[in-house]
Amino acid sequence: MKKIIELRNISKAFGDETVLDCISLDIHDNEFITLLGPSGCGKTTTLRIIGGFEFPDEGDVVFMGDRINDMPPHKRHVNTVFQKYALFPHLNVFENVAFPLRERKVPKSKIKEKVDRMLSMVMLSGFAERRVTSLSGGQQQRVAIARALVNEPKVLLLDEPLGALDLKLRKDMQQELKKIQKNTGITFIFVTHDQEEALSMSDTIVVMSEGKIQQIGTPSDIYNEPVNAFVADFIGESNILDGVMLEDYRVSFAGQTFECLDSGFARNEPVDVVIRPEDVDIVAPERGMLCGTVTSVTFMGVHNEAIVDIKGFKWMIQTTDPVEEGAYIGITLEPDAIHIMKKSKYSGMFGDYSSFSNELEELSNPGGAENE
Amino acid sequence: MKKSCISRTQGTYRAALAPYSVWSLLFVIVPLVFVAYYAFTDNSFSFTTENITRFFTATSNMIQDDGTTTEVRTYLLIFGRSLKLAVISTLACLVLGYPIAYIMARAKEKTQKTMVTLIMIPMWMNFLIRTYAWMTILQDTGIINGILTKVGLNPIHVIGSETAVIIGMVYDYFPYMVLPIYSILAKLDVKLLEAARDLGCGTVSVLRRVVFPLSMPGVVSGITMVLIPSISTFYISQKLGNGKFFLIGDAIEGQYVANNLHFAAAIAFILMLILLVGMAIVKYVAAKYVYGGE
Repeated sequence: MKKIIELRNISKAFGDETVLDCISLDIHDNEFITLLGPSGCGKTTTLRIIGGFEFPDEGDVVFMGDRINDMPPHKRHVNTVFQKYALFPHLNVFENVAFPLRERKVPKSKIKEKVDRMLSMVMLSGFAERRVTSLSGGQQQRVAIARALVNEPKVLLLDEPLGALDLKLRKDMQQELKKIQKNTGITFIFVTHDQEEALSMSDTIVVMSEGKIQQIGTPSDIYNEPVNAFVADFIGESNILDGVMLEDYRVSFAGQTFECLDSGFARNEPVDVVIRPEDVDIVAPERGMLCGTVTSVTFMGVHNEAIVDIKGFKWMIQTTDPVEEGAYIGITLEPDAIHIMKKSKYSGMFGDYSSFSNELEELSNPGGAENE
Repeated sequence: MKKSCISRTQGTYRAALAPYSVWSLLFVIVPLVFVAYYAFTDNSFSFTTENITRFFTATSNMIQDDGTTTEVRTYLLIFGRSLKLAVISTLACLVLGYPIAYIMARAKEKTQKTMVTLIMIPMWMNFLIRTYAWMTILQDTGIINGILTKVGLNPIHVIGSETAVIIGMVYDYFPYMVLPIYSILAKLDVKLLEAARDLGCGTVSVLRRVVFPLSMPGVVSGITMVLIPSISTFYISQKLGNGKFFLIGDAIEGQYVANNLHFAAAIAFILMLILLVGMAIVKYVAAKYVYGGE
């Protein structure tokens, strides 16, 4: 695949605060790439640097082989869908979409043809004469997408474009965006703090935290093989335990030794062990590798979410079997359920569910309450 | 339960509104009714349209520059002159004020506050005093000419000219143009400017296609707030125009002082009517321009 944008060792600070700390990233042609992370991780700043609204303090932005660090936004072959759409309230739907074409002095007949095609692509034919302020959030969103795509940019930047929509509409728009990206072949750079959104839409996910890139990979790489405790915790639910890698394929944690699929660590190296809640099997206590007491059960529709106290560490376990609060249960772990990570600065910060509650999760969630 | 709750808040709302309603009734509506009443009555308070007709038909002789005398419609001429000076002053305020309002709106918050204060400080002084200050500045032996002769240039004669009157009006009404435009521009969503740049607009295009159309409400209220007082002003023209430029405000004042209340009311009534129609047209055109697209 052809590289379309390269970020090389980019750093950016606002005052004393370092927002981006030497990040490097290649973005390929026809790729749906998502920058994912909590607020303040630098994902929006990265997008704004690509769009030309911020300039890096250090490092280079390379667009199709050319360094474009100082090129102003209106000269870049990049368009943006803004977080709150930023539609022009003094223009109707047609004129909003026609805005960039009129700037380029495209002939009138051509403008009509292009705008009509864009509006039908976002399923807003017949809305051309409407005032943008009279549209619903979802419709405004579509106008913003049509307006950003009418110039046929090489790259489309999307800054949390679905954040203001309700859950149902957001799911529909996710599908639709993905479809538009496939049909147009335009590279999409998508910014979100919603890991579910990132997993379902992206070809590539870039997980960011504190101005650094933590991991770049496909959605399944990121989910199955998180590189550190931050990524494991941010993407999905994880039980993260302290462990010791005894030798290749043998790890000890929670007072037991387990078989696993990982190798290449030093003998007796301390590691972080990640176990996804859905990979834990509940069995009778006498057959369990580990045993503990169920402290709470939440019915989630498809599954039950149980918090289980095993030797003082609270595990989250998701199971479709019925479980009861207060029950003493055993659990078993298959070797492929155990994922080993090197220790990092995030070790010990996440992974125990003793203070877990959905409400707290929402409060501490930087993106705000709309994140499910 | 809910219904009574609503009606109670509405009751409170009405009660809170009452003093203002009484105030505007006493000091806005009633005087306006009196103006209309006086305009259409004679000294014995019987109905007449004579005062109105007089405004349109009264004539006088005017000596032209070349010495010939022509007969002119007195009050139409005065009104035309008032309108001309007011329009020029308003345009000058707009041309000078818009860039300042824009710069203020884009400045840092602290700078914005300072600039708003600087613009408003002259308003804290009585406008008679401000006008007198301009007299001393513009006089033939005034400050400007003092400086000009010091640096070896020829003195200029400004006082008593239309230019002097316009300078006075622009100075007096400048804040009324800047502040409404500033308040609209300050609220303008920066994202819209970014969106315009993103979609291919250079700086000039952003101003022309996004900033200016969106600031139209501020421009309209700025124009209203400058045009109306400057069309009806009477003091500035007397002091800075040396009384040579008799304006419609001077006419009203003159008739009033001469105890000719009915004709004074008639002029005021006509002026009000013309201004109302004028502003309605401005609003209509602006609305069309703002929301009509290309």
